[in-house]
Amino acid sequence: MTEQFPALIVVAPLVAALLVPLTARLSLAVTYCLILVSLMVSLTGALSALRYSLVEGAWHYYFGGWPPPWGIEYVVDPLAGIITSLVGLFGILVFFYSIPFLAGKEPREKGYFYSLYLLLLAGLLGIVATGDVFNLYVFLEISSLAAYALIAFGGHQGVVAGFRYLLVGTAAGTLYLLGVGYTYAVTGSLNMADLGNLLASLQSSRPVILAVALIVTGLGIKMALFPLYGWLPDAYSLSPPGVAPLIAGVMGKVSAYALYRLLYFVFKPGGPVLQVLDVVGWLAAAGIIVGSVMAIAQKEFGRMLAYSSVSQMGYIALGIAIGNAAALTGTLLHIFSHAVAKGCLFMVAGNGSWWGRRKISEMAGMSKAMPLTSATLVVASLSMVGLPPTAGFFSKWYLLMGAVEKGSWIYAVILVISSLLTAIYFFRVLEHVYLKKDPGASLGTPAEEGRSLRGWELAPSMLVPTLLLGLGILALGLFNAPFVDGLLKFSLPWRTW
Amino acid sequence: MTAEFFLANRPLWGVLISMAAAGLILLNDRRPLIRESITMLAAAGKFIIVLSMLPEVLAGKLVETVPWTAAAGISLHFKADPLGLLFALLSSGLWIVTSVYNIGYMRAMRYGHETGYYAAFALCLSATMGIAFAANLLTFFIFYEILTIATYPLVIHARTDEAVAGGRKYLVYTLAAGQLLLLAIVGVQIMVPEAEFTPGGFLAGQAPPALLGVLFILFMAGVGVKSAIMPLHGWLPTAMVAPTPVSALLHAVAVVKAGAFGVLRVVGYVFGPELINSTASGKILVGFAAATIILASLRALAEDNLKRRLAYSTVGQLSYIVLGAGLATPLAFLGGIMHIVAHAFMKITLFFCAGAVYATAHKERVSEIGGTGKEMPVTMAAFLLGSLGIAGIPFFAGFVSKWNLGLGALEAGNIFVILVLIASALLSTGYLLPVAIQAFFGRSSGTHHGGEAKPSLLYPLVITACISIILGVFPNIGLKFYELALAAVQSVFGATSSIAMGGQ
Repeated sequence: MTEQFPALIVVAPLVAALLVPLTARLSLAVTYCLILVSLMVSLTGALSALRYSLVEGAWHYYFGGWPPPWGIEYVVDPLAGIITSLVGLFGILVFFYSIPFLAGKEPREKGYFYSLYLLLLAGLLGIVATGDVFNLYVFLEISSLAAYALIAFGGHQGVVAGFRYLLVGTAAGTLYLLGVGYTYAVTGSLNMADLGNLLASLQSSRPVILAVALIVTGLGIKMALFPLYGWLPDAYSLSPPGVAPLIAGVMGKVSAYALYRLLYFVFKPGGPVLQVLDVVGWLAAAGIIVGSVMAIAQKEFGRMLAYSSVSQMGYIALGIAIGNAAALTGTLLHIFSHAVAKGCLFMVAGNGSWWGRRKISEMAGMSKAMPLTSATLVVASLSMVGLPPTAGFFSKWYLLMGAVEKGSWIYAVILVISSLLTAIYFFRVLEHVYLKKDPGASLGTPAEEGRSLRGWELAPSMLVPTLLLGLGILALGLFNAPFVDGLLKFSLPWRTW
Repeated sequence: MTAEFFLANRPLWGVLISMAAAGLILLNDRRPLIRESITMLAAAGKFIIVLSMLPEVLAGKLVETVPWTAAAGISLHFKADPLGLLFALLSSGLWIVTSVYNIGYMRAMRYGHETGYYAAFALCLSATMGIAFAANLLTFFIFYEILTIATYPLVIHARTDEAVAGGRKYLVYTLAAGQLLLLAIVGVQIMVPEAEFTPGGFLAGQAPPALLGVLFILFMAGVGVKSAIMPLHGWLPTAMVAPTPVSALLHAVAVVKAGAFGVLRVVGYVFGPELINSTASGKILVGFAAATIILASLRALAEDNLKRRLAYSTVGQLSYIVLGAGLATPLAFLGGIMHIVAHAFMKITLFFCAGAVYATAHKERVSEIGGTGKEMPVTMAAFLLGSLGIAGIPFFAGFVSKWNLGLGALEAGNIFVILVLIASALLSTGYLLPVAIQAFFGRSSGTHHGGEAKPSLLYPLVITACISIILGVFPNIGLKFYELALAAVQSVFGATSSIAMGGQ
């Protein structure tokens, strides 16, 4: 059983995704149990694979028993292990979070919704666990298609946003596939480890240069690298509040992971990759500033968070571009700290929208009505700005160390300016939440009436995940050194230990 | 948990005790008595913990602990050295007095929503201890930023438009400064990965002079905002919208002195006096400090709002400490350190008086203060004492520090600074004494017949006023501030320095 774990990480949610539309018509309780069990199995698989990879080295799994480079291989090294664990954990938390939002829906609809939800997770997990560049494309498309449909669940505007994301995302996938095609034409291989060896001597061949450019553009769109972020604000802010934390929290991170994996473990820095990294660095820097400025201009909390993601994904891309140990540590830590903080913030946004608070001006006086949500918002905001002792500060710290160590003071200055811009829009929200008077009766009624909360500000299945992520931000900050030394250090392209 | 474990980690407990108190206060939202008792207990406990380290530090030992790893390769490192202990003793001691005053003041003013206020206050004191005991730059920065954030809710406590605007201005200044400081710290960390605060500095010869110059500017901009060096002072007068206890302890002692303390740490323990004196950076710093002293004093003359006048006075007085650091001679450094102590007692007295007048007679302008001396003789007498101390009259606390600063300026051959010191003494007489004179001899404007402030406001200010006189005559009495300052100077400059002739 245990040797099948890497496969179960992906297979469990995939199988459940197929069963859920059927079981939902029979019994909701069974369906929810099925979803939960599949998610637990997936997370357990991810965690045990991670532990195995730390003790014994990367865990290889050959699908159908075909050894690489012919068959499809799954590789869970520490890097893949931590990212799959993150996605798996989010899968469980956001599942609980989404339940109240679907309360009014028919069982059939719930079935479809959770089928898509599981499909999205399976796709994201597959991207991380696979050791095959074409298989990665397949999972990229699975997750994208599921995401388009999920976003379209968010009402009329959501349909438009989903369709737009479908067009842009398909273009991205196609570019990536073209890139894979060129590498295949040159090397005849699709296996990542195999490609890594074969490409070493082909660094300056034209198809490889083209392949790198195509792949970076494709994944750049998926991770909303400036100026390819146009799809993101609508997709994040209009997706149903129940799944927005997952979509905004980890979807972009997984694409960032794919970019990091391909550039540092497959193509490897040298030749065209270095030049591409240079370009990525400047685009990331531009995105960091533009995203923040756009976020300042927003009136709606969700859209502000979405533009803030453009800025924060820039941090991650910037670390990849700088490329020394400190910066890559910063990138990896920021994948975590931003996933947790942004997931948390989208839960706060969802909690607000539950009571009809969507615009920043409508959040006035929220601290009275929702003290716990508001306190979580404070912690998450501090992390976004990058103030100690939250996780966001420490990822910024490693990124700054990396930038200065490389002599790229300009990147360091951009990171610092971005902190201040971020402070402007988050403290504006906090001012509304804590200092402005509640507009009170003018707001709409709760999404579902007649629900007894017994003095709680929200249903526990919404509140608890929000608080857990809030605590996660603090824990990740306080325990960043053990986290870096125990896990992230083993996820760098070189052995530094 | 052995006794040894407890004793070795005392700097950590000093930080944690009020952080725990902040948490407990938040849990006791609707129970004011419990909330206030927690504050008092934490204040007393913190002072005892800090005080218990005094004998060891005076004996030349350092109480050191590395409880945690702050970031990969950099530990969270606390060390009670003479300079840090002096700052910690001062702020934790004054927190007790301020807590009494706080309870009296907040009850009189009836702001409401005080739970968060007391919690943030306790958190500020935690951060201050962290700053005082920080043994490396990252530890310092972490607590420096926590202090920035924890002070914000106190500034905006009144919830008025003015308070919100003041809070915004405060955040813009301090967050921007924090980021510059972060850049400087990252730069140092890359050059010297094992960087710890070292008496006498560790940066000499580690980088080309131009880079060191840039780092120095970044550092000074970073800590200069909290220590209100002009032109970085704008937030401080605006922040006077905060309740008076905040202005008294935080905007005269903990927060602004954290900035001034940072200047001393950077000059004495990162760059080192030799490096500062071998470049122009010290002279430039002295220039900024001197300009701040004069301009802030002039600005204070024109200010009618009493608390804002005191704030401008604080801006000027803080630069005495910066001046001591910039001159970077043993006596000037000693004067700067002693001014942290002296100014704390004098200015907290003045703010306590201003707050007592505001809470009792609802007067906040100098022009309406006439007659207050007859109604509240004790309060205004304390105000007079505080004013004389700020002016630097002999036998007041302010004199000891200024005398040493003057000697230090002579040591550095800087006559200009002595002129500045004299001018400043005259100016501060000019902006503070008239307040007391007006209060005692001016014509009463209002119809207030409430008499003296209530005891919880009166006792703290009498205590601090008395201490500022006692420290003027016997600077070393009680908490041994002078000995600590001397030990700090000797460690930074070496034992053979000219300090032996210091005026005690």
